[in-house]
Amino acid sequence: MSDELTSLFELIPGTPDSLTSARDILLANAIMFGEIPAPSFGEEGRIRFLSDRFTEAGLVDISTDEVGNCLARLPGKVKKKPRNILLNAHADTVFPASFDHAMAVNPDKIIGPSIANNSLGLAFIAVLPTILEKLGIKLNSTLYLLGSTRSLGRGNLEGINFFTQHFKDPIHQAISVEAVHAGRLSYSSLGMLRAEISVQVPEETAWHHFGRISAVRVLNKILNRLYTIPIPREPKTSINIGMLSSGNTFSDMTTSGAIRLEVRSEEASEVARIHGIIDDIVEETSLENRFPVKMEIIAQRAPGGIPFSHPLVATTRQIMNHLDLEPTMAPSVGELSALIAQGIPAITLGLTTGEHMNTMEEAVFIEPLQKGIAQLLYLILASDQGLCDENN
Amino acid sequence: MKTIDKWLETNTFHHGEFWDILNIIKEKEKKGLKVSLCIPTLNEEKTIGKEVVIFRSELMERYPLLDEIAIIDSGSTDNTLEVAANFGADTYLSADILPEEGFKRGKGENLWKAIHQLEGDIICYVDADIKNIHPRFAYGLIAPLIYHDEMQYVKAFYDRPLTFSSGRRESGGGRVTEILVRPLFSLFFPELTALIQPLSGEYAVRRPVLEKIPFPIGYGVETSHILDVYREWGLGAFGQCDLDQRVHRNQSTNALGKMAFGILQSFLNRIEQFGMVDKLPEMSTIFRQFEAEGNQYDQVTREIIEEERPPMITVKEYRDKFHPGT
Repeated sequence: MSDELTSLFELIPGTPDSLTSARDILLANAIMFGEIPAPSFGEEGRIRFLSDRFTEAGLVDISTDEVGNCLARLPGKVKKKPRNILLNAHADTVFPASFDHAMAVNPDKIIGPSIANNSLGLAFIAVLPTILEKLGIKLNSTLYLLGSTRSLGRGNLEGINFFTQHFKDPIHQAISVEAVHAGRLSYSSLGMLRAEISVQVPEETAWHHFGRISAVRVLNKILNRLYTIPIPREPKTSINIGMLSSGNTFSDMTTSGAIRLEVRSEEASEVARIHGIIDDIVEETSLENRFPVKMEIIAQRAPGGIPFSHPLVATTRQIMNHLDLEPTMAPSVGELSALIAQGIPAITLGLTTGEHMNTMEEAVFIEPLQKGIAQLLYLILASDQGLCDENN
Repeated sequence: MKTIDKWLETNTFHHGEFWDILNIIKEKEKKGLKVSLCIPTLNEEKTIGKEVVIFRSELMERYPLLDEIAIIDSGSTDNTLEVAANFGADTYLSADILPEEGFKRGKGENLWKAIHQLEGDIICYVDADIKNIHPRFAYGLIAPLIYHDEMQYVKAFYDRPLTFSSGRRESGGGRVTEILVRPLFSLFFPELTALIQPLSGEYAVRRPVLEKIPFPIGYGVETSHILDVYREWGLGAFGQCDLDQRVHRNQSTNALGKMAFGILQSFLNRIEQFGMVDKLPEMSTIFRQFEAEGNQYDQVTREIIEEERPPMITVKEYRDKFHPGT
């Protein structure tokens, strides 16, 4: 471990135990963010709160762009051509606004929809300036803080893509913050294809065949064929059927339905190959049955990343080791892929452990949080001092 | 009633008016005030952690508006005190405060003992069962006292449904307020009907007032406070602040019946203490309720005269028909 990194650990004495106050500020904000509904394309309330928090923290150039992202700048000591570090977290959730968003605080965890994906991560972005101020840390670099919108599902990373395509200044390093899991270290993004296959059986046909042709039967056939698609061991590839929907009652024949699936692979060519096979399955099923079977592409990502040996990854691993956090290398299909696609050295880190992701019982654990905060603070300090630069 | 209209205009606030917490703190420091937050508890482990973490981190760590946060507990059998202490609140057993005065089990006891235990020039009381807790539940009540020296007692009220089909909507308190307290106030203390939710459990009060008023231990504490403060300091001593919505567990009709019984006891006690039993004022026939439009609250008055018919036997025509010759 370099001397610079060792001396950097001394900048925040007593970690992680000394971060109790920072932890509580983060928890309180995570609760407040969590209680503001923010389905993708409906994040305005959260973004307004984030903007207010930035104003209260004395940040500058606070702005909300055309797709609803909220960006703010914390100037560093270096005024002329400073290094720019970006921290971002997605603001949207998978929960409709009509759901009860009340959070519950237990001694060991916070429970409530979206707390782990990604209210806690967004809260970290909001309170980071306050935590730095309380710790007496003044960076040399300029810190850009971004709450991005329209990330999940049909949002298809619209917010972060808009930002990376329109932001003019160079970003030297970027860190995407997710609530879970502490120890997660994503430095590469997978190739990904997210699609919906929909079936529409004309009602007349369904009745004429007396149940032999129904949307469920057709979906079942498609599913069987999807499961026979050969998946290579290398490059790592997967097909996940994430959602299946059709029908309303016991007795009515189903006339419509859909399969939502995601293909992931380390190689773009493998995603393309599987895409071709699924296209054929869809077209063949449509021709066989003479009614519409369609595939809609919801989202696509190109694979990419920075090397395992990149100083940003190497420094992060050393910080995790120092904090006894076991690094888990997990490629991402989230904001990281948009940053990497623009050639920005970026990683995604998690703050704590969690459970019941994307359910109403979603929870984050409080105990590991101080280490999660410490790891991010150390990494920001390391990046600020140029320890994560390739030519360092 | 002009007094009520004027009071509603000058002494009714919305928490949004106090968004600038730094300014409240500046004013607090200028006036050399100390502020305490008291949360009375009995088996509230499910909600207390959230309240403490929100108030402590937002109104002590980020904005030093509160000088202390104290939990005064009636003897919880669950983990209320451990959870609260874990998130940094000062915790006290009501029975341990002023032991020479003995211990009575009830919310009013905790509120009363808080006056002795806590240091604040202003004490803000917040119930422990609020599901959607937010810093506004404290600063919305404390700020009017910091800005308005003449104000002594600021109560919360909750309203503003997000959608309403027509511009105006009925407004007011809960079921016990509307069925019991508002009719009683309309009859005997019409000015007090200006308080939109007289029974709300959240209020901030100055110490010189708290130390001079008695505290019923049970359900009647809010009602008797209002009557006592009104009698001593008048309507001008009150303020009220709209804290938007409050989500809490709903009480059964049976529980509300018990509550109403306790409140009625306190009310009649006060009538007796004020020497009003044999000198009841002429009963008003005007019933006062609220309507709201946006943040504008108006009293709606309706004349309700309960006329009576005499016993039928006193009517001559009736006697002639059914009791001829009597």
